[in-house]
Amino acid sequence: MKQTTDPTASGLNRRGFMIGAAGLSLAVLPTLNACSSMQRAAPVSGPGATLPGPAQKLNAYVSIGKDDYVYILSPATEMGQGSLTALPLIVAEEMDADWDKVVIVPAPASDAIYGNPGFGNIQYTAGSMAVQGYYLPLRHFGAQVRQVLLSNAARRWNVPLAQLKTEPGCVVHSDSGRRLSYGQIAEFMELPATAPEVRSEQLKDPATFRLLGKRDVGRVDVSSKVDGSAQYSLDVQLPGMLYGVITRTPVEGARPIKVDDRAARAMSGVREIVVLPYGVGVVADKPWTAQAARESLKIEWDKSGLGWGFDSEEKIAEFSQDVRNLSKPGKPWGKVGDALAAMRNATTIVQREYRCDYAYHAQMEPLNVVASVASDGKSCEVWAGTQSQTLALTAVAQALNIPEDKVKLNVMLMGGGFGRRGNRDEEFVVDGVLLSNAVKKPVKCIWSREDDVKNGRFRPMTAHLLRAGVSNQRDIVAWQHRMASDNLMPFVDPIRYKQFRNTDVLAIIGTELRTYDVADRIAEHLPQDTGIRTAPLRGIGVGPNTFAMECFVDELAAELKEDPLELRLRLLHKAPRAQRVLREVAQLAGYGKPRTMTGLGLSYLNYNGTELGVAAEISVAEDGSIKVHDIWATIDCGLPVQPENVIAQSSGSIVYGLGLALYERITIKNGAVVQSNFYDYRIPRMRDMPEIHCSVIATPNAPTGVGQMTTPLVAPAIASAFFDLKKRRLRHIPFTRERVLEALRAPAHPA
Amino acid sequence: MSIHLEVNGRAERVEAPPETRLLWVLREELKLEGTKYGCGAGQCGACTVHLDGERMFSCQIPISEVKGRAITTIEGLSKDRGHPLQLAWIAEQVPQCGYCQSGQIMSAAALLAAKPRPSRQEIVDHMSANLCRCGTYPKIVRAIERVSKGAGS
Repeated sequence: MKQTTDPTASGLNRRGFMIGAAGLSLAVLPTLNACSSMQRAAPVSGPGATLPGPAQKLNAYVSIGKDDYVYILSPATEMGQGSLTALPLIVAEEMDADWDKVVIVPAPASDAIYGNPGFGNIQYTAGSMAVQGYYLPLRHFGAQVRQVLLSNAARRWNVPLAQLKTEPGCVVHSDSGRRLSYGQIAEFMELPATAPEVRSEQLKDPATFRLLGKRDVGRVDVSSKVDGSAQYSLDVQLPGMLYGVITRTPVEGARPIKVDDRAARAMSGVREIVVLPYGVGVVADKPWTAQAARESLKIEWDKSGLGWGFDSEEKIAEFSQDVRNLSKPGKPWGKVGDALAAMRNATTIVQREYRCDYAYHAQMEPLNVVASVASDGKSCEVWAGTQSQTLALTAVAQALNIPEDKVKLNVMLMGGGFGRRGNRDEEFVVDGVLLSNAVKKPVKCIWSREDDVKNGRFRPMTAHLLRAGVSNQRDIVAWQHRMASDNLMPFVDPIRYKQFRNTDVLAIIGTELRTYDVADRIAEHLPQDTGIRTAPLRGIGVGPNTFAMECFVDELAAELKEDPLELRLRLLHKAPRAQRVLREVAQLAGYGKPRTMTGLGLSYLNYNGTELGVAAEISVAEDGSIKVHDIWATIDCGLPVQPENVIAQSSGSIVYGLGLALYERITIKNGAVVQSNFYDYRIPRMRDMPEIHCSVIATPNAPTGVGQMTTPLVAPAIASAFFDLKKRRLRHIPFTRERVLEALRAPAHPA
Repeated sequence: MSIHLEVNGRAERVEAPPETRLLWVLREELKLEGTKYGCGAGQCGACTVHLDGERMFSCQIPISEVKGRAITTIEGLSKDRGHPLQLAWIAEQVPQCGYCQSGQIMSAAALLAAKPRPSRQEIVDHMSANLCRCGTYPKIVRAIERVSKGAGS
């Protein structure tokens, strides 16, 4: 098996050390006498699940009960992407656990032990980097556990280690027919002082996997999600719990300077009005009282913050001016060779512009948190659905000015994340903590849907200028991508922004050419300090940047009078996996077949190593609305750890991308968000669905991400299909009816 | 004011102003948290319950209007998640984040109760009242058809 990650990379060494330093992390648990028989028959997995017996402080992934139950800690949080199942499954595979006896327990917050090697060793679930980042370390860890079990059995039976093998949940000595279950071994297990060394070649041959890559291994969280028992933070109930709501400043940075709360205070059941640096909170006995009281507040804001007067429709024209102004250099990214010199020597230069509006996450669970600050204010317990356990812990500790070990975080399921729940300040978590601190009682702090939209942190608005130099041989010899966007990373995470030497990686990522072979290339970021609240949104910068780039490749093909598929295959001549996903998606979609009423378009992407091809077939109604009939996707993510979930995630990502392509749009007037709820921020419904056909191409490579990979490909495939049908270009997402009609009024591209 | 409700076959009494929306009473007073808050505007269907067997957005209906009517929430749909739709939802591995799925299942259950063999178009029309941001729609259709076409679970 080809490994794309070096197993001796820092992440693994660090873990090896941690394991050794702690005298090995394998904790032997007592039998589960404390649990009822029913619990033992069907132990709870996932958030809410806890380790049984006396409190054992574990510092890594596996514990084994004497009753054969294997407890595996899951370092990632679960927002629908399936990591809660997939990561423990990797450990279970390598240690040969009996999956039916595995209980999954959310890992506590610790970057040092549970940080994601694929995400700067922060315990951060994002970027579709959970399986990709943890895959090798978790395999090594599982193999170490297996090694310890084997050597204990060898000692007990006094036989050479080489004569033993494992079967699910037990060690077997074939010669004598003896077997010891993992629980039986746990009874007498001796732990070595340091973790046994496992070399890469001692890991299982993927051809022998029983759990990874198998369609019939389901997700552990499904059952609890069909009967309402799955617990999200909004579902937490505590004795004496109060309810909080906050009216936040419409413009980031502004403060309340005058608050008239007389009507609110007069309401029965209102406990406290809390003036915060960024808003005004109400704490009340009942949720409806808090909401009513908050509506009666009269708040005057100061004019701090950059966003006052901001108008997104005017501003995007300024973004475009900036990218067009070639004398203004941007921050370089993905620079190879000398693109500008190559451009000067080119026979022709092709140049186009693209735009993307703000977009909103619209996770189905509005942001909320439950917090309980102790009466002395010196400790706090929090129930939160967050994409980063450690960032949340730190944010809470800082908000209360207490040590992090005085904060207990209960990791809850998330009703969708999509990037909204991971900004370093974790503002929706701090909200509840500050309100609870004001009353020293447990508070459930709930954002209304309107709060969630108005106080949204959006995918930045972007303007793109793409330029390509073409040689007299019709080769693309130079590539330049200038992109202007609101600041993303400086707002999301100022610390990591500095670590990346003030490069806004989240915004500019995806502009680099990973697989298209153009010798001289450069991307440039022109950051715009608008003061608008931003966050990563499913696909981060890869979304807008891929839209611009793939549309541009399509336009280049038209300029060169070459088929867009052929041009892509030509540019991908060094990338066979890429060529394969494209060829297969074209074949599935019947590319090249004559069509009259519909158009077919393609797009391609290498997203962090995952190769993707998408095709869309559309028609256009007279009123300018686009109907997407079919979408095909091919996905090569190496080993598909959970194939059924790879398809589910890819299909869901397509639906997400469909809304972003066709109608999702946030506008900002005078610094405030215009939209409020699903009636003016439309997201796809079942009746908007095309037929979706996802095809997973399993290849013998280490697994790469799947959680968001198809989202960026939908808009450019639709734009390409629109050109196929109408010979006109759509260059601004979303493709609203007005924009489509405007495009149709333009002259058609000469055939 | 004190209001008597019948929820999942049980008589309940709650204290709340008459205009209070049923959703919040179910969730925060009766602790039936399977019914979700998504939009408060009758737009997303996460709060779907049955009122005398018909689906209803519980975020829209004041408790003063549900007196004497039978309310069913996801917790009352079946014992031990045994409703055919719940079994189909598991078999098709429908949920991702799962937050909307109580509402989806309640919505689908009302459809099949009224019309056990809906056409594909009828399923799509009916289920378009319920939003799923994870985009599980194709699997929702398959799960409903698994029941309506008698494919078993």
